[in-house]
Amino acid sequence: MGTPKTLSLSDRPRLPDYVRVQRDETRASWILQGPERVLVLDDTSKEILDLCDGERSVGTIVTTLCEAYDAPSEVIEQDVLAVLRLLADKRLLDWQVRERGT
Amino acid sequence: MVMTARSEKAARTEASAPKPPLAMLAELTHRCPLQCPYCSNPLDLARRSDELSADTWCDVFRQAADLGVLQVHLSGGEPTARSDLPRIVSGAHEVGLYTNLITAGVLLTPETLRELVAAGLDHVQISLQGSDVGNAELIANFKGGHAKKIEAARWVREAGLPLTVNAVVHRLNLDHLKDIIALAHGLDAHRLEIAHVQYYGWAFENRHALLPSRVQVDRANELAAEAGEALRGEMVIDYVVPDYFARRPKRCMDGWGNQFFAISPRGRVLPCHAAETITGLTFSNVRERALDWIWRHDEAFAKFRGTDWMPEPCQSCEHRERDLGGCRCQAFAITGDASATDPVCQLSPFHDRLTAMIDDDTHRGRATLRYRR
Repeated sequence: MGTPKTLSLSDRPRLPDYVRVQRDETRASWILQGPERVLVLDDTSKEILDLCDGERSVGTIVTTLCEAYDAPSEVIEQDVLAVLRLLADKRLLDWQVRERGT
Repeated sequence: MVMTARSEKAARTEASAPKPPLAMLAELTHRCPLQCPYCSNPLDLARRSDELSADTWCDVFRQAADLGVLQVHLSGGEPTARSDLPRIVSGAHEVGLYTNLITAGVLLTPETLRELVAAGLDHVQISLQGSDVGNAELIANFKGGHAKKIEAARWVREAGLPLTVNAVVHRLNLDHLKDIIALAHGLDAHRLEIAHVQYYGWAFENRHALLPSRVQVDRANELAAEAGEALRGEMVIDYVVPDYFARRPKRCMDGWGNQFFAISPRGRVLPCHAAETITGLTFSNVRERALDWIWRHDEAFAKFRGTDWMPEPCQSCEHRERDLGGCRCQAFAITGDASATDPVCQLSPFHDRLTAMIDDDTHRGRATLRYRR
């Protein structure tokens, strides 16, 4: 067991193949599905995830959203890290080149 | 930023208009090569000739998706005992369900796995009965099973599927928890579910052999929390403090008839996979009724949905929306009354019975296992 891994601004997050983000018409919301998990996404979370393409870094995602919303970067950064770390801790997000597991 | 699990949002229920269900458990068969003495299947096991056909399952999945179900857990018994499993998976996948195979792994072959992947399988959960061969095979009563499970888990990862390892823990393997965690991590599992035995059905029959001591549980609680932190970002450890040793009931099934149902191999639609242990309840069958009707109108679902059914001290309790009354099957197993307060709760008039069971050392270590067969 190594040291805990924490997502940082330079990491490039993407959703793994086994994670689905989809529109759920029954509940009229965006949802994220993974192994034995369903999360309801609010609009902000959905927008953050739309930017997780494995190319953009977390820092770039923050900058993009700051420009789009004309909001202070500390606030956006906090929001982005909160959402992405929650997903990373649940293994619903890939965020670095992994030797194993995708 | 609001981003909550659906389950946490689903606190309030209305008996008149239930919300759409989120997930379903499809028990495809009761056949299983293992004989675990805590099996969640009923004592009265369905025979092969009783089982729903693949066509019926596919039709049920379509109805379930229309009703709002998002995930299907394909279980049993051992679901891979059915040779038509790929067709069943494909039926679920075609209607958009997220498919999870819950398997013992011992019958799995690389060929079957390839067919299942092609059919659209999203995730596999493999059970381990312990960390070492002797202990694992004592529980499963199946020689060679442990090695086959390890092999199956590797195939799952090689096939590129995410893997959950499920370890059911109890008196006989709880002291090996550290090794179980290391084994799951070594198998590159995304997630380890450490599930304490729930004492109804077969497990209730075997409670004298399986109930852990308080010391064992305290150690396990600590170890699971430490490991969860140490493995953060690598392997998720889902661990729940066992309700027998807690002060408040678990929020069982996230509420009866609130967001989940199970379908037995015979086609009975159940609010919980253990609901058949409650004698006196009758269940509708997908062979006779539409799923939509059952979810909305079936009496067994309506009986304990929401909070109106609750007796005192639950009815006026500040925690009633939080735990939604706990576990009905447990209330029935211990008090003989399914509508009684869950005896796990310190406020239950039957709580003494539960503590007496936990602290009764008379049979500890001497009780023989009654295998599920």
